[in-house]
Amino acid sequence: MNSAELAPSTETMLLNLGPQHPSTHGVLRVWLELDGEVIVNADPDIGYLHRGIEKMCENRTYHQCLPLTDRLDYLAGTANNFGFVLAVEKLLGVEVPKRAQYIRVLLAELTRISSHLFWLGTHGHDLGAMTPLFFAFREREELMDLFEMVWGGRLFPCYLRIGGLAADLPEGFVEKAWEFVKKFPERIKDYHNLLTKNRIWIARTKDVGVLTKEEALDWGWSGPMARGSGVDWDIRRDTPYSSYQDFDFKIPLGTNGDTYDRYLVRMEEMVQSNLICRQVLEKLPAGDINVNDPTVILPPKEKVYNTIEGLINHFLLIERGITPPKGEVYHAIEAPKGELGFYIISDGSPQPFRVKVRGPSFVNLSPTKVLAKGRLLSDLIALIGTMDIVLADVDR
Amino acid sequence: MDTVTEKLQTQFPEAIVDIYEFRGDTTVTVKPEKLVAVCQFLRDDPETSFKYLSAVSGVDYYPASPRFAAVYHLYSHQYKKRFALKAFCANDEVPVLPSVVPVWSTADWHEREAYDLVGIKFSGHPDLRRILTPPECEGYHPLRKDYPQEGY
Amino acid sequence: MGIEEHLGNNVLTTTLEKVVDWARKNSLWPATFGLACCAIEMIVTAANRWDIARFGMEAFRASPRQADLMIVAGTVTKKMVPAVVRIYEQMTEPKWVIAMGACASSGGIFRSYAVVQGIDLYLPVDVYVPGCPPRPEGLLYGILKLHEKILKDPFLTAKYRDQIAPARRKHGHGH
Repeated sequence: MNSAELAPSTETMLLNLGPQHPSTHGVLRVWLELDGEVIVNADPDIGYLHRGIEKMCENRTYHQCLPLTDRLDYLAGTANNFGFVLAVEKLLGVEVPKRAQYIRVLLAELTRISSHLFWLGTHGHDLGAMTPLFFAFREREELMDLFEMVWGGRLFPCYLRIGGLAADLPEGFVEKAWEFVKKFPERIKDYHNLLTKNRIWIARTKDVGVLTKEEALDWGWSGPMARGSGVDWDIRRDTPYSSYQDFDFKIPLGTNGDTYDRYLVRMEEMVQSNLICRQVLEKLPAGDINVNDPTVILPPKEKVYNTIEGLINHFLLIERGITPPKGEVYHAIEAPKGELGFYIISDGSPQPFRVKVRGPSFVNLSPTKVLAKGRLLSDLIALIGTMDIVLADVDR
Repeated sequence: MDTVTEKLQTQFPEAIVDIYEFRGDTTVTVKPEKLVAVCQFLRDDPETSFKYLSAVSGVDYYPASPRFAAVYHLYSHQYKKRFALKAFCANDEVPVLPSVVPVWSTADWHEREAYDLVGIKFSGHPDLRRILTPPECEGYHPLRKDYPQEGY
Repeated sequence: MGIEEHLGNNVLTTTLEKVVDWARKNSLWPATFGLACCAIEMIVTAANRWDIARFGMEAFRASPRQADLMIVAGTVTKKMVPAVVRIYEQMTEPKWVIAMGACASSGGIFRSYAVVQGIDLYLPVDVYVPGCPPRPEGLLYGILKLHEKILKDPFLTAKYRDQIAPARRKHGHGH
């Protein structure tokens, strides 16, 4: 027998990183072709949480779509509402009063901190660091208490309304928010102590999942993913919405575009969000929270009970909902995961004709095939963690 | 008139079908044959520099005809500007559009989603297959207007 | 004579059953089955504020072979159903299922082409925990109700049910 017949044959192994897996942050399935531990081909299979939200929006009025948007990126409830409400307000051509804008910014930034805390805990947990999870969740629970004061629930706000807010902030909220904002920078130091100079953390995250600046733009990365690769872009600063231009904040950028840089970017973003919250609490103006347009938002109760126009407006809004003019708009905001965009087509009726949600996690996940090729299987887990995907945002 | 629209009018006068401006945003409808050339121009020309594709949305305008369209939302980091392109499919029964994956790699998954949900085929796409819907929806495209919300 | 008539020949079986039921309920190990938003509240229940380790359940096993409880937390879509059923079938007896949240119980707010209107169309559910999402206290209440159900589980004495005297049935395995 010649040596060719005796040589061992190698073939690649097909492994299924199934929809049920502790580290896939939900129901993500990745078809893997492995050569030993090295990935030859990785193909994400999504759609296990596709609930048909875009289709359901077409059969509901604009206000009825709000609870559906809550459930898009379930870790950042207010951000989804914010995107949708701003898109519809753009369609209507209304702008809400300053107090409402400031409150929206405050809640959006607190939500960003809460989303990044959850990312920190689970990303660390995936890579073996279990302690940051409990530290991060301690802060997150305080944030959940704050949120519960405002809208009565923990995860799904549905607090923003088209044309303003559902109700004003409760008494005692501003004091409690100040307490949180004052002690948060100390806590971030705790997380840095645990991870930033940790040899194992650095070994697991350096040089994993690198995309250059041009590639990041080509693949549509936004938010902390793009900033980790050096793209100097933040929608809040470049195309400001809802009074973000009144606040002073820095945009952290990464240099190498690897997982470690993205970790540092998100940690610094938490600090900057805290700073924005501080500025909002200092400058919070008094005033109305709803726009003064009865065809958009419910009139105040005194008008409803005492004037006939108020009553009619109230009934029309409850029965039919708002009826924006015919048109198409696209509006994007800086959600914690990246650029969250809503493309709304209105045909003049109370139901939207088409609502398309540009989910940041959907786009952030797409270059997995390119990034995972030639890496080890454990790098794929680090990659999925750094992309900070929420499957409901991927699948909608 | 938008500066980008003016540039497109000088460069591709025969490709433009419609210009639509609403609330400060511009949407230019182009002919599907010229779509890839227009996208390439918008990406590469230094005065427009739309290196980033936000989203590709498939739309079903039933009962209007032409029925199917794809809308491309672009963003230029250099000029901090948003722009939208729209292309209608020529045929209502078999909607086909050219794929813009050679221009922006991110269009890969967006076009797969538009194919899955609305049914527009993108010619030249490297791997056009279902991405979101369950296998029960084989042969159906759920976001079409004649498909019921609760399915079959 | 009299005492045997009262106790019957299954004293040992009922006591053993009670001990085993008590042991089972005190160390239920859930399988990681977070599908959607309810998974967040499930993770939070296992984290530091609503410590689920007090009930012996902090060991969320990734492998279904080592788990006895499947908390279906989140929306079950038609694409996901084969995976859910397969994991359920891979779990070894005894096993229980909690349908956490409105989506797992009955489809929730999603009445669409891709969502299964309740996981009880495919699996036998023991406890339904409503809410969207249920608060961690709600999930813990559902788990405690499941504990009560497990304590009453007549897996050894089911075949003697008509032989056990009614008095013992009322006190021991009360309804």
